[in-house]
Amino acid sequence: MDILIYGIINSATLALMAMGFTLVYGVSRLPNFAHGALYVLAGYICWLLLNELGIPYILAVFIALAFVAAVGGAMYQFILVRIRGMAISEIIASYAIGLAILEGLRWGGLKGGTFTLAPFVEGSIEILGVSVDWQRLLVVGLGTVLVGLLWIFVNQTRLGLALKGMAQDERAALTLGIDSDRMAVASMALGSLSAAVAALIILPLGSIVVEAGYHVLIMAVAVCIVGGLGSWTGALLAAFVIGFAQILTVAYLGAHFQVVVALLAIIATLILRPSGIFGRQKELEERV
Amino acid sequence: MASERDGIRKERLDRGIKVRSDGVYCISSWREMAFLLSPRLLLIMGLLLMPLILEPAPYWQKVLIIVCIYAFLALGFDFLAHFVGLVSLGGALYIGVGAYISALLNTELGFPLWLSIPTATVLGGLFCTLLLWPCLPLRGVYFAIVSLMFPLLAARLIEALDVFGGTDGIMGLDGFANRWWEMYLLVSVLLIALFALRRLVNADMGLIFRGVKDNDQAVKASGISITFYKAVGVLIASCLGCFGGACLAHVYMWAGISQFAMDFSIIPIAATVVGGGGTLVGPLIGCLILVPISELLRDFGTLRIAVYALILMGFIVFKSEGLMSFGARKYNQFEHWVEI
Repeated sequence: MDILIYGIINSATLALMAMGFTLVYGVSRLPNFAHGALYVLAGYICWLLLNELGIPYILAVFIALAFVAAVGGAMYQFILVRIRGMAISEIIASYAIGLAILEGLRWGGLKGGTFTLAPFVEGSIEILGVSVDWQRLLVVGLGTVLVGLLWIFVNQTRLGLALKGMAQDERAALTLGIDSDRMAVASMALGSLSAAVAALIILPLGSIVVEAGYHVLIMAVAVCIVGGLGSWTGALLAAFVIGFAQILTVAYLGAHFQVVVALLAIIATLILRPSGIFGRQKELEERV
Repeated sequence: MASERDGIRKERLDRGIKVRSDGVYCISSWREMAFLLSPRLLLIMGLLLMPLILEPAPYWQKVLIIVCIYAFLALGFDFLAHFVGLVSLGGALYIGVGAYISALLNTELGFPLWLSIPTATVLGGLFCTLLLWPCLPLRGVYFAIVSLMFPLLAARLIEALDVFGGTDGIMGLDGFANRWWEMYLLVSVLLIALFALRRLVNADMGLIFRGVKDNDQAVKASGISITFYKAVGVLIASCLGCFGGACLAHVYMWAGISQFAMDFSIIPIAATVVGGGGTLVGPLIGCLILVPISELLRDFGTLRIAVYALILMGFIVFKSEGLMSFGARKYNQFEHWVEI
C-alpha cells in the first residue's frame, strides 16, 4: 500500500517537474536547459520575499511566480532569440544561463543553514493505513489541476491553439499571422511559470538546495525522452513509469539507486523504442 | 533604423601573401614560408617555453598543468561537436574515469606511473565508449542530455556504493619525479594530439566524420555505419580526456569524486566557444585565457562557474565565431569599407 500511494505521489511530482520542459520543447523546439535553475530560483525568490521582506505567503508565491515567468520570457526575448535554430548553440547557451543562475545562487544566496518553505497545510492524514502529509496530497491534487488547466489552455484558448499550431508546422502558422517569436516568448514564459509552480508546491516537502536544479533537469529530461517529446499522454505515462520504478527501487534496493533508474529507463527506451512510448515518426527522425 | 553604416559594407580581400603561399610554391620564398609557419611556431615555441618562463612562479607552473588538462578535454569537445556532430556536455566523465583507472592500476596492481597512465588512457577510452555506445544513435539535444547525466551519476554511484574509497577517494598514488616531467609530458602530448587531430580531420576518415555531422543519411546510404564512426570519434575524444584525467590523478597523487565535478564539463565548452569552435587550436587558446581567470577567481568559490557561464553565454550569443576565427581572418585578409 505504501508503494502504491507514494508511487502516485512521486509520479505526480515528476509530472509537475517535467511539464514546463515538454511544453517549451514541444512548441518552440528549444531545449530549455535552464529549467532546473528556474525551479530553484522560484523557491529562493519566494523564501527571500517571505523571510527578508516579510510579505504574506500567498502574495510572495504570486510575486515569485510572476518574476520567474518574466525571467523565462526575457531569457528568450533578449538572448536565445539570437541563436534560434542553431541546436548546439541553443543547448550551450541555455545550459550556461542555468549554470549561471544556479552557481550564482550557491555563491550569493543559498549558503549556510537550510532554506525551507513552510508547507501550505500542516499535519497528515491516514489513507488506507498509510500516513500521508497533507502537502503531499496537495502535490497530487494541484498537479492534476495544473495538467488539466494546461490542457484546457492549449486546446481551448486562442493563444494555446496558436502555440499548438507553431508546434505542428511553424511555416503554416506564420502564414496564418502567428508571430513565431512572440509565441516562443510566450511558451518560455509559460514553461518557466510551470517550473515555478512545481517548485513552490514541491519545495515545502524538503529544503531549497542548488542540487535540486540539476536533479529536476535530469528528471524532466528523463520523463520527456521516455514519454516521447511533445506528447502529453506520453509524458504523463512516463512520469508514472519512472515514478513507480523509483519507489520500488527505494523499497527493495536502497535510496541511492533512485537516479540510476532514470538513466536505465532512458537507455532502455532508446534501445527498445527510440521514439518514446507515445512518440511519432516525426520525432523519431530527429532523434536517431 | 538609420545608422552611419547605411549604404556601405565591409569588403574582405585575401592578402597577397596569403594567396601566394596557398600552393606548394610557397617553399620558394622565405617570406611566404615565414607567413605560413610563424603562427604555428609561435604556438609551439610558446607552449614549450612556457614552463621555463614561469620558472620563478611555481604556482603558475601548476596552473599551466591544469591548463593543459583542460585543453585535452576542450580539444576532445571541439572535435566531437564540430567534426562528428556530437555535443558532449559531460567531459567530467572522461577525467573521472581516467583518474580512477589510473589510480586503481597504480595502487592496487602496483603499475608504475609510466605504465599506468597509458593503460588508463586506452582502457578509460574504451570504457567510456562502451558506456556511451547505447546513446550513440541519438542526435543533438538527446545525446547532450544523456552525456550530461553520466558524470553526475558516476559520482552518485561511487558515493552510494562506497567503492574505490567512497567519498575519501584513492590516496597515495605515485607522483611524477619532478615538475619538469609533469609539464613537458603534458605540453608535448597536447601538441602532438593537436596536430594529429588536425591531420585526421583532413584525411579520409575526417571526411566521413564530417559527413556524419552534416548529413548522416547520405553516409548511411553509402554503406558506412554511422554508429561505428561516432564510436571512433567518442573513443578519440575520451582517450584524450582520460589521458588528462590520469595525469591529473598523478599530479595530485589522489583520485576522488571531485574529478567528476561540473568544472570539467563546463570549462572546456566555454574554452571552445571563446577560442573558436571547429578550429581545434581555438579551444587550446580558450583554455590559456580562461583557466588563469578561473585561478584568479578561486577565492570566490563557485562564483567562478557563474562567471564562466556568463562569458560563455556572451561569446555564443554575440561573438559566436570565437577568437581564433577572428584572428585568422585578420591575419589572412584585409578589410575596408565600400559603397554599396
